[in-house]
Amino acid sequence: MTKIDFKTAGPFIALIALFILGIFVNDAFLSAGNVSNILARSSFIGIVAIGATFVITTGGIDLSVGSMAAFISGCMILLMNALMATIDSLVTIIFLAIVASAAIGGLAGMINGLLTTKAKIEAFIVTLGTMGIYRSLVTYMADGGTLSLNFTLGDVYSEVYYGTLLGLPYPVWVFLVVAVIGYVLLNMTVFGRHCFAVGSNESVAHYSAINVDRIKTATYILQGLCVSIATIIYVPRLGSASGQTGILWELEAIAAVIIGGTMLKGGYGRIGGTVVGALILTLIGNILNLTDAVSNYLNGAVQGVIVIVAVYLQRGAWRAKN
Amino acid sequence: MTNNEMKAVRAHSARGNLGEIFRLSTLCAGSFMNAACKLAKHSMLTLAASSLLLAAVAPTLRAQTIGVSIPAATHGWAGGLNFHAEQTKARLEAANPGLKVVLVTANSASEQANDLEDLVAIHRMDALVILPFESAPLTGPVRNTKRRGVFVTVVDRGLSEPGIHDVYVAGNNAEMGRVSGEYIKERLDGNGKIVVLRGMPTVIDEQRFDGFMSALEGSNVEVLDDQYANWNRDDGFTVMQDFLSRFSEIDAVWAQDDDIAIGVIQAVRQARRQEELFIVGGGGMKDIVKRVMDGDELTPVDVLYPPSMISTAMELTALKLISDTPIEGEYILGSPLITRENAEDYYFPDSPF
Repeated sequence: MTKIDFKTAGPFIALIALFILGIFVNDAFLSAGNVSNILARSSFIGIVAIGATFVITTGGIDLSVGSMAAFISGCMILLMNALMATIDSLVTIIFLAIVASAAIGGLAGMINGLLTTKAKIEAFIVTLGTMGIYRSLVTYMADGGTLSLNFTLGDVYSEVYYGTLLGLPYPVWVFLVVAVIGYVLLNMTVFGRHCFAVGSNESVAHYSAINVDRIKTATYILQGLCVSIATIIYVPRLGSASGQTGILWELEAIAAVIIGGTMLKGGYGRIGGTVVGALILTLIGNILNLTDAVSNYLNGAVQGVIVIVAVYLQRGAWRAKN
Repeated sequence: MTNNEMKAVRAHSARGNLGEIFRLSTLCAGSFMNAACKLAKHSMLTLAASSLLLAAVAPTLRAQTIGVSIPAATHGWAGGLNFHAEQTKARLEAANPGLKVVLVTANSASEQANDLEDLVAIHRMDALVILPFESAPLTGPVRNTKRRGVFVTVVDRGLSEPGIHDVYVAGNNAEMGRVSGEYIKERLDGNGKIVVLRGMPTVIDEQRFDGFMSALEGSNVEVLDDQYANWNRDDGFTVMQDFLSRFSEIDAVWAQDDDIAIGVIQAVRQARRQEELFIVGGGGMKDIVKRVMDGDELTPVDVLYPPSMISTAMELTALKLISDTPIEGEYILGSPLITRENAEDYYFPDSPF
């Protein structure tokens, strides 16, 4: 290859540049503790963003993921606290909560999907609506305060976030597994190809005997399941949920997807890019915390500039080709 | 009140028919004072008559209404605010049968402005207790309410224009910062390295931070860095994780807010550095107060910034309506240090905060 393919390599170049910047900013950047913190932290947004890659590739959008994460967290905590009275085995309680989480996530995704496809309401409006609904539900459940997981239960469950395998925290492994499954599903299956087709041109996909509604609904269900997985590793971190949980996750997830090279208008998606996008977003925050060279007031500006530059790296070359 | 109604009031007060007047005044509930003011323009004599009647009748016969407008329970502290407002409403109404408290919550400044209009037009309130969502946008609406003769109590966030409120009840952000700073300075014997997790770039945060820094002046306590943690647990956790990777020696943490402190505690535990430092939060969240009460070494104290200040404001306002006690003025609540010894006084297990 004589020319670098910026469209694919762009996000990676940005990631490497940020990494080098981090090393210069602070020695602590490369410490094992910091690297594992970054990876574990990016797993929430990363997993949600993998689901979002499917939705966006298919031409949809899901704004409800942050509220949905808060709502599912709240449900899990309430359920686990309630089960403490009837079930002795803590592991069983946690297992049941995980099952419930997946069920709620899948169902919530299906509601978004069906409202978009069957009720023919724009995804933006549907998910803006459900975003408000889940956010108020969790505030209501918490009485405006914070839902806290039973302390003994939290101690056992916290292993899921803080525990490690081969030196890497469990959330990182979960992120990796979800990413691999997502990659296979999007790039190596009929379903994945149909996602691309529907996102490129819905009418053509329809005339090509693709069940457009079913594909679109399936992507929202996938998104719901991804939110549920993110929640399952989020709850053990602080053992609490409130109206503040998951705020702006939807925008971070969408940003990660776009930085990664997926087209916001649909028709083209890249799981690998999304993973890199999520890492870039986390890295920016981390580096800003590791230095006092930048005024606190300007953190948002630095983030904005880096996001735009990262996307320019791939789009600039993309425009030149056409 | 329409012109016809006003004529009716005048006619009746001339006749001195007390029963009729009472019926009318309940009908016109909140705008009675208002009406009295308007009447003054027409005839000083009728004003004298109707205010005499008002003085005689209102305290015992007419239901008085307090409108309470506060931000919705979207975060921990506001949750506590709502809890205390509801408790006080129940208590006041039970103790004073002639008193009605209408509690409304808003999600934004403009929603709160609408609420004010409803409180005046529908509920005809005699007094307003308001914690403004934001100072500037609500100054106008509160001023208009005041012009209609409503007694105004402003809580915590002052309006942008002086002279509107009759009563002002607030916490003291600068003192909250100062008390936290003094405790840390004393506990470290004026020598040590600390990190600070701030809230959001707002006036409240600025006042707390300045108060804190002024308390440290002249000592050898060094602030290694300060970062915003947006008054929430998740950001408290990540910012503290990064501080812990960055600084190998930290003697104390000022988290400024109890939600942030919860995140900080988890990050410190994860890094297994509980032994080397202690954390000072702020607000008076029950989880943290409980830790202080139980003698947790990691959180030895907390600094109060009480959401129950809404109760103080409501009780004062009610006192104004049901008695002649003069209460006009400004009430600044202290930010006492919550220690193991006095923690029990600040522990509200039923409150969401």
